[in-house]
Amino acid sequence: MSEERYGDYDVIGRPMPKKDGLHKASGRAQYADDIAMPGMLHGKLLRSPHPHARILNIDAARALALPGVRAVVTGRDFPGIHYGNLPQTRDYLPLALDKVRYIGEEVAAVAAVDEDTAEEALERIEVEYEPLPAVFDMDEALQPGAPQLHGASPGNVSARSAYHFGDVDAALRLAAHVREDLFETQPVKQGMLEPHACVGLWEQPGKATLWACKMSPYVVWRQLAMGLGMALGDVRVVQTYVGGGFSGGKQEAMPMDFCAVVLSRRTGRPVKFVHTMDEVLTIGHMRHPMRIRLRTGTDREGRILAQDCYLLANGGAYSSIGGFSIFLAGAMINLPYRVPNMRYQAQRIYTNNGFCGALRGHTVVQICYARESQLERIAEDLAIDPVALRLRNAVQPGEVTPNGFRVGTFAFRECIEKVVEASGWRAKRGSLPAFRGIGLGCGAHLSGARLMGHSASVAEIRVQEDGTVYLSTGSTDVGQGVETAMAMIAAEVLGVGVDDIRCTRVDTESTPVDPGTFGSRVTLFTGNAVKRAAQEARAQLARIAADKLGVDAADLAFRRHEIFSRSNPKLRMGLKEAVRWGAFQLGQMVTGRGVYAAGDEKIDFRTGYGNLSPAYNPSACVAEVEVEPETGRVTLLGFWGADDSGFPINPLAVRGQVIGAAVMSIGHALFENLVRVQGQVMNPSLRDYKMPLATDLPKLGNFHHYNIVTEDPEGPFGAKEAGQGAGTGVVAALAYAIRDATGLPMNRLPLSPQNILLALMRARDAQGEAG
Amino acid sequence: MTDRVEISLQVNGVRHSLSIRPWRTLLEVLREELALTGTKRSCGEGQCGACTVLVDGNAVNACMYLALEALGRDVRTIEGPAQGDAALDAIQRSFVDKGAVQCGFCTPGMVMATRALLQDNPLPDEDAIREALVGHLCRCTGYVQIVEAIQDAAAKLAGCAERAHE
Repeated sequence: MSEERYGDYDVIGRPMPKKDGLHKASGRAQYADDIAMPGMLHGKLLRSPHPHARILNIDAARALALPGVRAVVTGRDFPGIHYGNLPQTRDYLPLALDKVRYIGEEVAAVAAVDEDTAEEALERIEVEYEPLPAVFDMDEALQPGAPQLHGASPGNVSARSAYHFGDVDAALRLAAHVREDLFETQPVKQGMLEPHACVGLWEQPGKATLWACKMSPYVVWRQLAMGLGMALGDVRVVQTYVGGGFSGGKQEAMPMDFCAVVLSRRTGRPVKFVHTMDEVLTIGHMRHPMRIRLRTGTDREGRILAQDCYLLANGGAYSSIGGFSIFLAGAMINLPYRVPNMRYQAQRIYTNNGFCGALRGHTVVQICYARESQLERIAEDLAIDPVALRLRNAVQPGEVTPNGFRVGTFAFRECIEKVVEASGWRAKRGSLPAFRGIGLGCGAHLSGARLMGHSASVAEIRVQEDGTVYLSTGSTDVGQGVETAMAMIAAEVLGVGVDDIRCTRVDTESTPVDPGTFGSRVTLFTGNAVKRAAQEARAQLARIAADKLGVDAADLAFRRHEIFSRSNPKLRMGLKEAVRWGAFQLGQMVTGRGVYAAGDEKIDFRTGYGNLSPAYNPSACVAEVEVEPETGRVTLLGFWGADDSGFPINPLAVRGQVIGAAVMSIGHALFENLVRVQGQVMNPSLRDYKMPLATDLPKLGNFHHYNIVTEDPEGPFGAKEAGQGAGTGVVAALAYAIRDATGLPMNRLPLSPQNILLALMRARDAQGEAG
Repeated sequence: MTDRVEISLQVNGVRHSLSIRPWRTLLEVLREELALTGTKRSCGEGQCGACTVLVDGNAVNACMYLALEALGRDVRTIEGPAQGDAALDAIQRSFVDKGAVQCGFCTPGMVMATRALLQDNPLPDEDAIREALVGHLCRCTGYVQIVEAIQDAAAKLAGCAERAHE
């Protein structure tokens, strides 16, 4: 194990600029909003101004009378089939039918010759609503007599998750120290710069095509077919370049996707939709705001004996992937610390707010914030060094956790030691000047989740007679660099260059079906499939070359476009000569197919037991801050992160991923908050919804991230995930650094100037009273 | 139609005669009339910088700038002039090589802002670089590799300028 070790590889393990980088940097990459088709119309969505109302009537006559308007559709123009992620939580409709459940919900759509006309037409659609009592707060939604959102979910409980390993009550009775804390987190948006966009085209006799910026185009494909009541074979989804996803609406079919297709059927023209940023920030998909009550019992040395967690998530009006979201938060209590006894009870509550779903780090970010913050308090209570406390409880490589995670490589100790050393923690802790502070945060993540539905990935390779390689997968590059990483894996196996690999983007008519890009699954799942496909193609090439060269196929090596005998390197032929020999003389096409399935291990979502992922990665970070007592403003002076991402296929991209994940969590910790009053988003603009800027971050000399390299046996060439884990411990590190600077309990996010100032004033008042 | 005006717009060294509605922004005209879609549409209110273009060498948010205001001015976009722009090419190359491009949606705006910055300040220090990016959002990178890319481009271009003087 070392920090920098590239192994004996030709291609992988070396920093590789993105294959599509120059295409993007020169403005030539075509994103969904860049598509223009002859005769294309522009669509706009009419949204509910009410948080909860019955739709009594929709009259579009005045809109249709406006010159340039071609069609208007409402919920009645769809078959009324609910769609969604999990079978038990299908509660979406393409457009609202009888009822709207949050401000911003889509009730009608218009297609017109240009966006201005479409916008004007929206104002002419008359919707008669009967407002209903609405509920925004989780506790109120749980009260008897509260307004009910969905008839099928009495009591407004959208999803439940509960499980128990060991005996928590007995362990807590025996614990030398028991501590209970309450933590609250806020709604945070994905914040991708590319708004959702799509173009729909209906072709006779009954085929729907959608071009869209999707992370998981096959999820969209299935949901579109479901909501339209069409056969899968009649629906085609074509992925465009994706301008950032971070999960959310780019994971699923959205109202705009359905409306584009159906308005195209009505008008005979392609129809494009693009959300404004106001719409993006108003509608659903955001990180679940949570209230987490955590009780932890330890022995005198701070060894965790039991954790008891009660979690409420404000899910908003619809389910999205929320059922899994709350399962995951509890499951990840089991990493990166050993928790011999744990109990988890969680409910996701329906309220008349924009709905919540997945977002980079999913619900692991919230649970890590709560758990890490509490561990720091336990260290204070017991007067134990917080670093020692973490090391004492760290899960070790090869362990099986009580809930059945079979941990492979897991360089958690190394991550902690690295950031403690790099940040100068030992010298700084306790000796920083007033209003300066330093905090440690840790976390862990999955390299792809084994879900009950679709988990396997497939790759197809065709080696062509000019030595180029056609690589087709169902995975999507959303900017994280999958295309380059997959090309590197194929190039390594086949002994060609990365530029020789031609990658496809998803087209459901031609690429292999794939679950999509979520849960940090692509490098491991698709990467293994690509490696196997390339190995199969290489075996075919080896047989052809062995025949031609008169050597044993097992003796052949592939390097730099050549195939040669290891024992007698003079015996060699060009890769493309082998392809031609095979095709022209033997009638053999060189093609490879590789599959990575999740195995037959399954998660039992009722008991919570099972090996959720093929591999797990720990991370740790240290943040150093200065708090301005007059304003509550936090300056991040330094940040040091370490992450065990396995073997980095492309270290340049891994670095971008881990830093990106960390900075996203810095935004979550310090400023981001979707402010809602009675269900109305008060800051639906990038002026008022604050995301980190270049000036909010430490300078290069004080911002470091270290990859602890391990080689996980499950990963392709030992690789694990890199895009999410590095962000999981960051919120806690900042919360604790601010606590270290101010002495304030930071139990509520965001750690914004107003919240800090308020807490400082309260602390001063309390001190005054005590004095 | 009476609500249209005839204008002549110089973009990337080419003069275009257009008939537009007077309230059209430069962003809309570039993307819709001239099919220059490298300039991205994101927040629509001058906060994210994805639509940054150069007008007479100054970086502006094209979403907040009426096309009419660009009359008689020299507009440059990420696509660059047909004969090429060595500085623009070098900046794009540095962004790619240093890992500053992830999803790429902010990249054209960042590259144009860098073009303007290096024109005024060929060797900016890190603070000046971060200051120049303050009107630009990037959700993917955390800015580290973008700052490094700009440093790299500045060093390369300054090296070229030095050699040219020799």
